[in-house]
Amino acid sequence: MGIYWDSIFTAINLIVSFDKKLIEVFFLSFKVTIIALFISCLIGLPLGTFLATQRFKGRSLFIGIINSLMSLPPVVVGLFVYINLSRSGPFGWLGILYTPTAMIIAQIILILPIIAGLTTQIIEDLQENYNDLFISLVTPKVTTIKAYIIDARYSLITVVLAGLAKGVSEVGAVIIVGGNIDHLTRVMTTTIAMETSKGELSLALALGIILLITSITINLIVTYKKYNIKDQYYGR
Amino acid sequence: MVGKKNTLMPIKVKKLNFEKGHRKLLSDISCEIKAQGITIILGPNGAGKTLFLKCLHGLISDSISEITFANKSLNKTIRKQQSMVFQSPILLRRSVLKNISFALQQRTKIINKEKILKVLKRVDLLHLVNQNAILLSGGEKQRLCLARAISTLPKVLFLDEATSNLDPYSIQIIEKIIKEVNKYGTKVIAVTHDLLQAKRLANDIIFINKGRICEHTTAKLFFLKPKSKEGKLFMAGKLIV
Repeated sequence: MGIYWDSIFTAINLIVSFDKKLIEVFFLSFKVTIIALFISCLIGLPLGTFLATQRFKGRSLFIGIINSLMSLPPVVVGLFVYINLSRSGPFGWLGILYTPTAMIIAQIILILPIIAGLTTQIIEDLQENYNDLFISLVTPKVTTIKAYIIDARYSLITVVLAGLAKGVSEVGAVIIVGGNIDHLTRVMTTTIAMETSKGELSLALALGIILLITSITINLIVTYKKYNIKDQYYGR
Repeated sequence: MVGKKNTLMPIKVKKLNFEKGHRKLLSDISCEIKAQGITIILGPNGAGKTLFLKCLHGLISDSISEITFANKSLNKTIRKQQSMVFQSPILLRRSVLKNISFALQQRTKIINKEKILKVLKRVDLLHLVNQNAILLSGGEKQRLCLARAISTLPKVLFLDEATSNLDPYSIQIIEKIIKEVNKYGTKVIAVTHDLLQAKRLANDIIFINKGRICEHTTAKLFFLKPKSKEGKLFMAGKLIV
């Protein structure tokens, strides 16, 4: 049990003393994840809605591919991005390997299928329910797509949270493309992995606790806000 | 609509056929529905009543037929002058008020809140104006669907078993409104299983069995003595599908 208490005290110490290293790692972690999540939502939400509401040749195959990509192994994604961004790779000229940008790209590849895939499922369910009404009202296509996104907004918040969880907890891909360079690409998950391998278990566990608390807190705040707005809006 | 001639009538259906998976669900349906009164479509389960109603409203476009409203083929302009209440209420995940304003936006582009409140009062939902439509009871939901349908002042109102599974209070409100809108010029075409309701509302009956119209006659004649063999069996509760 000693190690748990040690790590809890270490975590408290790190937080209370505003440990520079911790703050740096903490903010880089969230900067990378939030940017990746934002870009993934920007592409994934309209893409998911489009796939759910439009009928075209190869649609089911496209949805199948996106659903398969939802469970992409992060290490494979890391390797794929590494090969493409390394000097000998097709995008080597960009010179962004071992930078936060490379980490963001890897995270987008991991988060985007989750956002697009889950959005498709949610909007598809809604469409089954609304379809006859929209045909009956002779509603234009753009209005129907808008209506789907508006009416599914609370469920879509959960989709965004799922994307955030994937990004925050990710280690395999970012360690490969980021290289875990101190003061540059070292994030919480890669630090935990490194400290564990060094045998610095209390620091690793302390960081783990901070990561866990931050993740749970964000989820709780967003979920609370979601239901609070919902209740206010519907006057329950 | 008050006192005006219904410009969408009569409805003429010529040889309406619909197949799904090599199964003929509607075959050679031909009829003429006149402007006056309420038309009730009767028939056993699986007879094709809802399908027929959906074809009339243009919800199913892959049927083979010629459906005309006042001698004009069914098109978007005609469909915009119609409304439908579905068997299972379809409501947006929004407030009662926003459900009606959404429908009005599609039709008139002008949202008059006072008019919406008036319609809600007619269906006894005024006190729930800001309530989420999903939280309403079954009867309230169906009354809201009817309010939404009549708020657009349709020339033809289609009702697909709109009162099934509702309590007598909701049925009474819905029937009262159906009679009112019909009085002011809206043609009402309704599907029901409730023979007593059909007796209360119908001016003419279209009796369908196995995707065919067995008879189309006045309600009085149908309930007195159905002409078709299937109609007689149905009235006696002996028609097996």
